[in-house]
Amino acid sequence: MALAEITRTPRDYSLTGPEARHAVEAGLASAEWYHSDVPRKVMKDLMRRTDGPAIRDTAIWIGLLILCAGGGIATWGTWWTVPFWAVYGVLYGSACDSRWHECGHGTAFRTIWMNDAVYALASFMVMRNPVSWRWSHARHHTDTIIVGRDPEIAVMRPPDLARKALAFIGIPDVFQHFAILARNAMGRFGPAERDYIPEAELPKAVAWARAFVAIHVLAVALALATWSLLPLMLIGGPRIYGTWHMVLTGLLQHGGLAEDVLDHRLNSRTVLMNPVSRWIYWNMNYHVEHHMFPMVPYHALPKLHALIRDDLPAANTSILDGYREMIGAMLRQRREPGYYLRKELPPSARPYRAEFHALDNERH
Amino acid sequence: MGDWVDVCALDEIEEEDVIRFDHGGRTFAIYRDMEDGVWCTDGLCTHEQVHLADGLVMDDTIECPKHNGRFNYKTGAALRSPVCVALATYPARVEGGRVKVQV
Repeated sequence: MALAEITRTPRDYSLTGPEARHAVEAGLASAEWYHSDVPRKVMKDLMRRTDGPAIRDTAIWIGLLILCAGGGIATWGTWWTVPFWAVYGVLYGSACDSRWHECGHGTAFRTIWMNDAVYALASFMVMRNPVSWRWSHARHHTDTIIVGRDPEIAVMRPPDLARKALAFIGIPDVFQHFAILARNAMGRFGPAERDYIPEAELPKAVAWARAFVAIHVLAVALALATWSLLPLMLIGGPRIYGTWHMVLTGLLQHGGLAEDVLDHRLNSRTVLMNPVSRWIYWNMNYHVEHHMFPMVPYHALPKLHALIRDDLPAANTSILDGYREMIGAMLRQRREPGYYLRKELPPSARPYRAEFHALDNERH
Repeated sequence: MGDWVDVCALDEIEEEDVIRFDHGGRTFAIYRDMEDGVWCTDGLCTHEQVHLADGLVMDDTIECPKHNGRFNYKTGAALRSPVCVALATYPARVEGGRVKVQV
């Protein structure tokens, strides 16, 4: 298929279709990406691992979860219960995503078992198979927003805005995730999963899926046996009523930006945020920086941002500012799927692999 | 086994660090541990062909800069996914303050 035909027809985001072949042929798969210059000595300091910050944050996280669960149970049946569940829901249904992410990278803690333990817990909370998603996320970092290669493109063009709005209450996301876990628990994996999970890892993925499904089934059984929503308020439910912050911040990562470029400055978004959101999100608002240097732990990202910000597009100044920009682009993408927001680089910055950016322009 | 090849002066590699060394059309990673021991492995990660010299050395491990997979750089063993295949290792020594590898 000629390039122009590919770019003007609706895109196929599957990992096994023609776009996947095109990405490989065009040199977009497993390619070299742009990196801002950071002296090795400085980068070593930034990459340095320590357990302290993540132990502190995890102790606060687990402590608050227990406190809020206790408060919610104690006040169940009264209006006083609402604030406890509001906080518990976000800590469970949103903060789980950033803990899953950072511990999946293995950067949150220096100690491997601590990363793995929090990764398993957070994977359960976010309802992701810890094996499959480790591989899926590795691919996301290899081929960030490369159509046909990246299994984690959250906003596909043309964007389905109603579906994105429902995602704020976990619909249909949570049911899809659970269905995938149930399928995995039966030993079944789709072609896309088989594309990025090595065969030898599949038995582990089945075992984890079975454990996760069993715990959720127990929670449902307990809810039915006691005829109370309380077990589901504690387990599983927060992925619906507390997931809004995860979606709020997650959509900003790449929404409305370029596809098929080899420069994270053009396909990722850094957004300056309030400290509470940054704590829940473990600083993933510095998303360009994270993709460019995934070895830098979450607690060092503000320092990295200060160091390279002159080589990056200007950061969005708030969540609201990010949404203004992104929603405008998404509304236009509904009519013009080829449209994307071209992030402006500072005058001193060098464009990288400009031919791919020009290629994406053809989709206008 | 190949010939012993001169790489650099020992003090050109920081303690607990790694450098890239290209030789004979191949690329290697040369490590210096905390006891001034030197070690040599293939230079590219077995997962996605990324240069390990941009990674992080911690104790006996090298972490790939792209996907955070880890190897024991002394044995080449793959320690943490997404790496599954071990790294090839090569003899390395310090001789008269110079790092030499047999590749």
